[in-house]
Amino acid sequence: MGQETLIEAIRAKLGPAVAGVADSYGDTVLLLRPEAVRSALAALREAPFDYAVLLDLTCVDFAADEARLELVYHLYSLSRNVRLRLKASLPAADPAVETLVGLWKNAEWLEREVFDMFGVRFEGHPYLRRLLTYEGFEGHPLRKSYPWRLGQPRIPLKDDV
Amino acid sequence: MSGLDFLTTRLETALGWGRKFSLFHYPFITACCGMEYMSAACAHFDIDRFGAGLTRFSPRQADLLLVVGTVPHKLGPVLRTVYDQMLEPKWVIAFGACAVSGGIYQNYAVVQGIDRIVPVDVYIPGCPPRPEMVLDGLLKLQDKIQHQKQDWRWARKP
Repeated sequence: MGQETLIEAIRAKLGPAVAGVADSYGDTVLLLRPEAVRSALAALREAPFDYAVLLDLTCVDFAADEARLELVYHLYSLSRNVRLRLKASLPAADPAVETLVGLWKNAEWLEREVFDMFGVRFEGHPYLRRLLTYEGFEGHPLRKSYPWRLGQPRIPLKDDV
Repeated sequence: MSGLDFLTTRLETALGWGRKFSLFHYPFITACCGMEYMSAACAHFDIDRFGAGLTRFSPRQADLLLVVGTVPHKLGPVLRTVYDQMLEPKWVIAFGACAVSGGIYQNYAVVQGIDRIVPVDVYIPGCPPRPEMVLDGLLKLQDKIQHQKQDWRWARKP
């Protein structure tokens, strides 16, 4: 499948879930509507696209934009040996998206990390708890609104001398 | 009384000599500086030449705490517990830029120098420090141990 025909086939399959197509240094990026993320990725997981592997799931905070947070999904097809990048924009206030747990097992920890670092709520996640930071940590440290060097010590520290 | 004073001084010297050449160290290794620690501890550079070769993996048996690598806030209570478990007399070396000052990390996660959690005797900077610097730091610590006031079981406490 060539690149253009692939994009055409995906758009025909997903319909209005695809908000647009972008190009990033030669790699195709599909922009998804956030409410359609799970159904779109479930469709891409099946034949003929066969994106069987969720390589990565992460997030970016673009401080200047209104829709600040951008979820980034990377898919990989073992049978066709191709990758696909998908993005979905979310608002900064109470961002929420449907979980991918149930489609890919590894989405569980990836979504917990994004929840921890960016505060994105993954609806339907069975155990949405902080992954990297500790209990009692307040805020989401990779948000641009987080004070850039605010540590949250768990024990009293000696002050700087 | 002068004879007793003389005896005490000699005992201090003997204790210092014994302690500086029998450092049992506990490696608290969290990051890439661990490679340099391994290099310094094994045959190539060999801290055993200075009597510090016996690695103990229980803090209760160690008297030198080597904090090697980045210590994040999440690990802060662990480092404090390890230090508290060590018996007196005990010494601490901050090994590498991260343990000394937080190094390149000035963010939400990393403690800006382990001296904010435990008292440190010798700082070895470098990212990572060369094994020669580690040996130099160890010799500095030995010098410090030799010349410090020795605490011992029947010593008169203030």
